[in-house]
Amino acid sequence: MNKSEYKNVFVFAEQREGKIQGVAIELLGKARNLADDLQEEVYAILLGGKDIESKAQTLISYGADKVIVASCEELENYTTESYTQAITQISHEFKPSIILFGATTIGRDLGPRLSARLTTGLTADCTKLEISEEKELLMTRPAFGGNLMATIICSEHRPQMSTVRPGVMKALEKDENRKGEIIKTSINFNKEKFRVRIKETVKEKSSMIDISEAKVLVSGGRGIGNEAGLKMLKELSTILDAEVAASRAMVDAGLVEHKRQVGQTGQTVRPDLYFAFGISGAIQHVAGMEESDFIIAVNKDRYAPIMQIADLGIVGDCKSIIPALIERLSNKIKD
Amino acid sequence: MKIVVCIKQVPDTTEVKLDPVTGTLIRDGVPSIINPDDKGGLELALELKDKFNAEVTVITMGPMQAEAVLREAFAMGVDKAILLSDRKFAGADTLATSNALAGAIRTLDYDLVITGRQAIDGDTAQVGPQIAEHLDIPQVSYLQSLEYDGKNTFTIKKQTEDGYQIVEVDGPCLVTVLSTANKARYMTVKGIMEAFDKEVEIWSADKIDVDEAKLGLKGSPTKVKKAFTKGVKSAGQVYEVDTEEAIGIILSKLKEKFII
Repeated sequence: MNKSEYKNVFVFAEQREGKIQGVAIELLGKARNLADDLQEEVYAILLGGKDIESKAQTLISYGADKVIVASCEELENYTTESYTQAITQISHEFKPSIILFGATTIGRDLGPRLSARLTTGLTADCTKLEISEEKELLMTRPAFGGNLMATIICSEHRPQMSTVRPGVMKALEKDENRKGEIIKTSINFNKEKFRVRIKETVKEKSSMIDISEAKVLVSGGRGIGNEAGLKMLKELSTILDAEVAASRAMVDAGLVEHKRQVGQTGQTVRPDLYFAFGISGAIQHVAGMEESDFIIAVNKDRYAPIMQIADLGIVGDCKSIIPALIERLSNKIKD
Repeated sequence: MKIVVCIKQVPDTTEVKLDPVTGTLIRDGVPSIINPDDKGGLELALELKDKFNAEVTVITMGPMQAEAVLREAFAMGVDKAILLSDRKFAGADTLATSNALAGAIRTLDYDLVITGRQAIDGDTAQVGPQIAEHLDIPQVSYLQSLEYDGKNTFTIKKQTEDGYQIVEVDGPCLVTVLSTANKARYMTVKGIMEAFDKEVEIWSADKIDVDEAKLGLKGSPTKVKKAFTKGVKSAGQVYEVDTEEAIGIILSKLKEKFII
């Protein structure tokens, strides 16, 4: 492989039902920094149905120099195989140095399939991306359950690929006057390989909660323990007009749905206020909430890691502090 | 029906702590377990065994002590267990790992390959889809439930960000399973007794069907450049006071922040 043939920073512009996903916009912001460091260009890959080209200008406004658009029936809705074939063809034709994907259920399905087809590396859930002096992509991610950070390189293979979770990178300000080029391309599919048949796509109401949008989060961990603990969290969150969130321990225990999980394998959040009740603060969790404006931690253990990142730490038992807080707050609201 | 389940022995990362003074990992005494999503995969296979008399083979790659998770799988009820263990596999990233596993699966008969969605020590969710690509079979990831028509078609409910999808696929195919898809059965006493008598097959690199250049460190496009524990931000104030005083402190902060 002649590495010097591979240039430019590509972003997979994930869309669902024709709507560009926020993570793609965030990735364009990061791609812009990387491309500027490399003195190269930012390309967005926009795959979708007939009308998808109308979204290309949005991608340009957020930092893309060029948008490669493939619009056809086969790409209207995501399937592993149609999207893998499309990006494989685009990759062979345009030879990207870097491709970034959102670490969504789609990105995490597509990325690995593509990396195996292109025989290149893929680094999942990167929290930091930068260019080294040798012009290589340095991909930093939590490992070992988030207890360790690792910087990964992909020196001898191209493209260098990584996924990044929503909320991790910052989008650029939208600039409607930004100019870019739209490149239309058509994909030559091998439809014999389309072997998964979509029967039904269902949206669930309970799935609509987005804790990353909440201003205040009341989050619980192992120290909350059970249904009774969860009930307290819910009560407190109602009073504070907040959302309930949780660490992995609560989700693994089946108490809280995964969509409310904060951390490396859950959501990344930046609320104005984050309450961490009975959360020890494994880096895996911290990675998802450390950007919160203000963190209040309540934990029995004075030396729990959460105390090191909390702005306000209270050493105590959640089971007495939360009810007391609820009581005082409800009195206050009655006053 | 023949099923291959890939599992991984992982440290129970929820038990790993950081030394608050040195900031280094305390790994001593951390137990090894079957990766939770993989256990969901095992259970799915065993349910298909119960209903359709499927033959279940379980594979893991790792050092010799990874045999422990295969014994556990025997005790849960699998029919055959293979441990891929060879220095040539060492230092593998996800792509090289998937090549080794696919190389082993290629030598077997299978209608369904099952992996967990992701392992708790790496959280990449990559190996399953990569195996599917090497085997040139379709994949369905984030499986919540599966129905089999008794012939060759699987109807699968898969999780998406905002709900779920129902998809249909014919075997051979690969699915990646969530730990929440089911409740894994316990080992039975009889199973545990029998597990000790069953043979775990140990396979080295020359037993599998793959180009050796694709294995281990050599076959890994990604390398770890450095690993480090994360610096902590400057700590705020920590109070060790009685409940009443603690409430007062919290409330005044909430007021200061205009939350109440």
